[in-house]
Amino acid sequence: MSVLTNASNPGEGLLRVRRSTHSPVYTLVGSLVLVVLLTVAPWIVPAEWSAVLQNFFILVTMATMWNLLAGYAGMISIGQQAFVGLGAYATLFFALKGVNPFYTIPLAAITCLVIAYPVTFLLFRLRGGYFAVATWVVASTAGIIIVNQAYLGGGTGKLLPGMPNLAPRSLQHLIYLATWAVALAVVTATYFLLRSRLGLVLASIRDNEVSARSSGTKVTSARRLVFLIAAAGTGAAGAVLALSQTYLQTGNEFNLQWAAEMLFVSMIGGLGTIEGPILGCIIFFALQQSLAQQGAWYLIIFGTIAVAVAIWQPRGLWGAFRDRFHVELLPVGHWVGDRKSEMKVRRPWFARLVPRGRKKPLT
Amino acid sequence: MIWLNVVIQGVLVGGFYALFACGLSLMFGVMRVINLAHGDMAVVAAYVAVFLTPHAHIPEVWAFLVVAPLFGLVGYVVQRTLIQKSIDRDPFTTLLVTFGLSVIIENLLLEIYSSNGQIVNVGELITKSWHPQTIIYISYVSLAVLAAAVVVLALLQLFLSKSGTGRLIRAVADDHEAAQLSGTNYQHIFGIAAAIAFATVALAGISYGMMTEFAPTSGGVNLLFAFETVVIGGIGSLWGTLVGGIALGVAQQFGAHINPEYQVLAGNILFLVVLAVRPQGLFGKKTALS
Repeated sequence: MSVLTNASNPGEGLLRVRRSTHSPVYTLVGSLVLVVLLTVAPWIVPAEWSAVLQNFFILVTMATMWNLLAGYAGMISIGQQAFVGLGAYATLFFALKGVNPFYTIPLAAITCLVIAYPVTFLLFRLRGGYFAVATWVVASTAGIIIVNQAYLGGGTGKLLPGMPNLAPRSLQHLIYLATWAVALAVVTATYFLLRSRLGLVLASIRDNEVSARSSGTKVTSARRLVFLIAAAGTGAAGAVLALSQTYLQTGNEFNLQWAAEMLFVSMIGGLGTIEGPILGCIIFFALQQSLAQQGAWYLIIFGTIAVAVAIWQPRGLWGAFRDRFHVELLPVGHWVGDRKSEMKVRRPWFARLVPRGRKKPLT
Repeated sequence: MIWLNVVIQGVLVGGFYALFACGLSLMFGVMRVINLAHGDMAVVAAYVAVFLTPHAHIPEVWAFLVVAPLFGLVGYVVQRTLIQKSIDRDPFTTLLVTFGLSVIIENLLLEIYSSNGQIVNVGELITKSWHPQTIIYISYVSLAVLAAAVVVLALLQLFLSKSGTGRLIRAVADDHEAAQLSGTNYQHIFGIAAAIAFATVALAGISYGMMTEFAPTSGGVNLLFAFETVVIGGIGSLWGTLVGGIALGVAQQFGAHINPEYQVLAGNILFLVVLAVRPQGLFGKKTALS
């Protein structure tokens, strides 16, 4: 936090620029509690719940990456299932080579990154809708290439070999922890990425691409970087998907439904916020669990909500909530407030036990 | 002679792709909207032809006479309500909304009619074909679809270049604000363009049902082919769409001739090559890109 000094009266702070709408200590303590709870969850909650949570984490990972792509960098892709599938099949490939499937997660992410790099040069020739469709063609092509590899199971599918020889329950816990670790890593990385220089660049492109370009922002390289990061993150999600499903089939891994789910949860939760896709995933799984007996109806209802939100509440449910109550759990921007409003930001009692550090004046 | 047959089959399929793609091309050209529910609308039309028109004692072969105008009406209403609302937001919203519609339609069809394959019954005609050479078969249904595509494209071209409404559509496509200033209700014109697009997609959907089996999920893959057709042929060019469809069809048939699994792949590769070498398409103008 920094204090802007009043020019006429240098001693007195006038305006404060800060990240958080509340004390960051709350966020920190809250996240720590959540991390601990979700880490020990499989030992506490019933096995069915941890299976649902596992799928939840996979979708959170995918949706966070899709949101980074669409919500922050303005690239709507309906072909991200390419990287889900490629990540999953990279895991299978390395597992067949004898690597422990749990160690293949970073390898799968890197594989997707390497494949995505040349693809960007083709895709970035198109904008908007044609970009979206071209990503779909890329995904379709990737699926066809993989389905023709007999080594990777072809059309019939293949069991992921080399799973560690553990009791079924311990293996379940291990898979749970893998999905959770990937989701946590991806969300945390996205958060810090958006607070970094790249986050500023993306914000400037989003607000006005032409003026960002003319003031020297490297728009295309920023976009390319985001596309590569999203490919790697989605690939990691594909890898843990492979771990949780253990039997891989191209029809399943390269399914357009992944793109639909990523898109819907991000839209409903709120594009361009970190919390939005997570909220969207919570709503998605709540609907899916409560309508599990009714076949595809959850997708129909979820799609309808998504269309309604896109038209009437384009900032999403979290966006609407944030605008109304000025609450941000994971702030990436800045707020400017005067001293008076600053006083309202109370530190929690346990933070007040520690004296505040001295603030450096911004000159 | 085998290769001649491959080319002929490619041209026949290409006619269908052009019929399928012209509505997509029109909606993009006029409203800058990419309708991701385009393929699913075609499938809906085929389902309507199979399941609903028999109730009205209309043979399935003639269903298009009812379904196409009906879809025109649906297109006008959908454009004036959902799509116009999302155009008013921003271009991204139209993508999100039409993709949402696509998923909704696909799953509704799945719930109502199950995933069983259906076919539009054309009676004896489906088995009839003309074969001038021993290995060349030209199915009458495919030939009719190719003819329908050429007729639809010709009528559309004539309508856009000669009629008053066609001129308004072109004016609105160029600059809808300027057209509005000179007294055109551009939203109404958008609605008419969408009505035409939906009517053609209904024709395409019923043609598809006549040629082959369809299921609720057929929309997605056909939309992919329609997009490839539009991009290969060139954005905003109607005859380009026909050429693009034929190029795609021939490429797919060549791929399928080498290995049946390469049919889609060959089309995708042609698409990606066109994208790399000539991103504006064979007949497109460079300005259409950004």
